[in-house]
Amino acid sequence: MDIIESGNNAAALGVLRAKAQVIAAYPITPQTPLTEKLSEFVAAGEMQAEYIPVESEHSAMAVCIAASSTGARAFTATSANGLLYMHEQVCWAAGARLPLVMCVVNRGLGAPWTVWNDHQDSMTQRDTGWIQLYCNDHQQIIDTTIKAFHLAETVSIPVMVCFDGYLLSHTYMPFDLPEQDVVDEFLPSFKPAVYLDPKKPVSLNTVTMPESRLNIHGQQAGGYMEIRNSFQQDLRASLDCWQATDERYQKLTGRGGNPFIESYRTDDADTVAVALGSLSYQLRDVIDSLRAEGLKVGVASLGIYRPFPDDAVRQAFKNVKRLLVFEKALSLGYEGPLCTDLRAALSLMDKAPVIGNRIVGLGGREIETEQLAENLRQFCRADKPATAPSWIGLRDLGA
Amino acid sequence: MIKPLISISEAGPGDAGRTGSWRVMRPILDTAVCIPSKRGKEACFTCWLYCPDGVISRTVPPTIDLEYCKGCGICAEECPAKAIKMVTESGEED
Repeated sequence: MDIIESGNNAAALGVLRAKAQVIAAYPITPQTPLTEKLSEFVAAGEMQAEYIPVESEHSAMAVCIAASSTGARAFTATSANGLLYMHEQVCWAAGARLPLVMCVVNRGLGAPWTVWNDHQDSMTQRDTGWIQLYCNDHQQIIDTTIKAFHLAETVSIPVMVCFDGYLLSHTYMPFDLPEQDVVDEFLPSFKPAVYLDPKKPVSLNTVTMPESRLNIHGQQAGGYMEIRNSFQQDLRASLDCWQATDERYQKLTGRGGNPFIESYRTDDADTVAVALGSLSYQLRDVIDSLRAEGLKVGVASLGIYRPFPDDAVRQAFKNVKRLLVFEKALSLGYEGPLCTDLRAALSLMDKAPVIGNRIVGLGGREIETEQLAENLRQFCRADKPATAPSWIGLRDLGA
Repeated sequence: MIKPLISISEAGPGDAGRTGSWRVMRPILDTAVCIPSKRGKEACFTCWLYCPDGVISRTVPPTIDLEYCKGCGICAEECPAKAIKMVTESGEED
């Protein structure tokens, strides 16, 4: 069914269709309307879920961890400093291998205080062990939210669905709301591989010693290193599972087919712009105008950032001579984090492209299409393009 | 579906290995004071209930498995008859 809704409501409708059983959240801009919508669904009896209002994001994640440990399908959403406040429990949920789904409505981090969009919040959670998916538009928000539950439950790893605050969360676009019977077929009810059962009491995620130990049955139990190694292997295997999830969804809805990288006019491109989220769609306009000038350019966005799709990246950029990575995030003291990952993955190729980095739109600074075009144009034309990160859109504060 | 490898503990002695070597203080049960021992029938068992390592038996008299007892002293603290004393491993009273 085609509807017109906000990005936040697209995510809420995805959670409704996925039949989440426990929702715990704390309000924070720009995520708030998402969980408000879910509380409306629950209050109106449209959703058979326990909605638990909590006093902080740390508690929201703690409730989701507890719910998921009993086998319930649990969901939360947050942004920016709320996500940071949750961080300790975010790491725990991943290590505990709980199939949670969380929407992160991307917003810049304080200080200085900002409520507007960039990607610094989810980037700070890059190494927590969560799977991170990024959405470019409203259709991807609802589809990715539904698919995230399937992926999380397949691999027993929590999944973060990231989308741009305001630019997507508060704008309205038409998209297809998949019918309930389609989503039910895609995402049946599930029982996790391990969960708490009063009939068979166990303690989960108990203390490990530096060395592996015998359990009470005299069997060798995994120590910290074995458990983390197994987690890492399962995260790497999640790339194939994500592809399988995408194919399964595509069969039922007709949408998908680019689970790792979504490319636009890259087939014969010498230079490709790379970005996460809605910025990649803004860059399509830039690509069209530069193509009209005769430059062989394209744009690509990553649908999954962790686990990093390094094989797909090498395949996608094997014939590219130059890459320009536009980022709304910064590894402070170095460069954009996506740029670093791309440099590392592509350095293994025989003919690695020259990679440049542009920092844009921090704290919601307007990203002007003409500035993007001028940067990409100069990067294409330069004899030796600079590879150090430079910032777009800085204002001159005078002397 | 991937079955994750996580750390799971079931109730019972020995889940963290032979933890008796961790012990600094050793519990000594005085059967002349202990309620079930004195009465010669099942009673009390507060020590059995409170032991976080499950190393005290629900028997008359209760026995403490020193292979796994970490010497935390909770049994001595909780015993209503004060029948359990904590002594150092060299045998001195604290």
